[in-house]
Amino acid sequence: MTDITNTPAAEHEAQLGDYFALFKPRVMQLVVFTALVGMLAAPVSVHPVVGFAAILFVAIGAGASGALNMWWDADIDQIMRRTQSRPIPAGKVQPGEALALGVALSGMSVMMLGLAANLLAAAMLLFTILFYAVFYTMWLKRRTPQNIVIGGAAGAFPPVIGWIIATGSFSIEAWLMFALIFMWTPPHFWALALFMRSDYDDADVPMLTVTHGRPATRRHILAYTIVLAVLAVGTGFTAIGGWIYLSFAIVLNAMFLLGAYRIWQRDEDASEADNYKVERKFFRLSLFYLFLHFGAILVEATLRPWGLGGW
Amino acid sequence: MNMRTEHEIHNRRRGRNVGVGLMLGAFVILVMVLTFVKITQTDFTKAMGAPATQSQESN
Repeated sequence: MTDITNTPAAEHEAQLGDYFALFKPRVMQLVVFTALVGMLAAPVSVHPVVGFAAILFVAIGAGASGALNMWWDADIDQIMRRTQSRPIPAGKVQPGEALALGVALSGMSVMMLGLAANLLAAAMLLFTILFYAVFYTMWLKRRTPQNIVIGGAAGAFPPVIGWIIATGSFSIEAWLMFALIFMWTPPHFWALALFMRSDYDDADVPMLTVTHGRPATRRHILAYTIVLAVLAVGTGFTAIGGWIYLSFAIVLNAMFLLGAYRIWQRDEDASEADNYKVERKFFRLSLFYLFLHFGAILVEATLRPWGLGGW
Repeated sequence: MNMRTEHEIHNRRRGRNVGVGLMLGAFVILVMVLTFVKITQTDFTKAMGAPATQSQESN
């Protein structure tokens, strides 16, 4: 008689946590946080229940697009060290399950956001899911070294969706928050690509480091960081900015610019000599960079009713 | 041959099923609360009043 524990199905029986891992929880955290900031920074207040539900559906939509990304990228996830432990390459979840979950939850989240908030927010969520899952993952990720720039755009939509949830319309402030994430993503990932070199090479993903060389990547990091710094500090003078945000932005962008300048100045020999110390430091700073900028926007929005935030 | 009714895999499956059940329950409650908020927030008098005014005018 066959022992139930020896069957392949039993060995790879997926747990709830394995399905949850398909949603890229760390990306979801960023989506939830930036969408929440976008919603709270808007000049229109949202009922707490409607706001909670709307952000939850945005998070589910983001998770669903993550599942679709993992379904499509299962072949290269198996090759890259960083992604080998994901549920599909680890054999815990079947590709078909990820596809079904991604499609079903995408539809559900868009429909529910339309009912909870408004149709424009739902349309924007649908556009974001399609942009990330189809335009980025299926079409451009393996075709162009600008893949990170396009992927960054997909990750930059949540604060715009948050703003639309509250106001039902677009505005310059929402697009400035979009621009912050959009311009932040390439330097963040290119710094990672500089010190995680073999991963992307092995998977044949055309990263800028491979197609245009590492000195070009260093130049790109500096160029994007300069534009980002101008946008980030400039945002401080708009309706969502204020003294608190501006102070944070000036300090953080000075640090970020200095880091990018140091990366640009270095060559490969210097980087390999200290195991990419400067690049790693820049990458770590980039993690705090975005969180602190959006945190400052949130503080400004929270203090505004008491006449303390904003200008 | 004795077959145990309870096995480690059953416990794992139960955990997964309970998790899915709780999520579905939470979703139902969320939709219920959301519906309540939407109904109490919406001003229905305007929508209801429009045809009434029309019919009064036609009379």
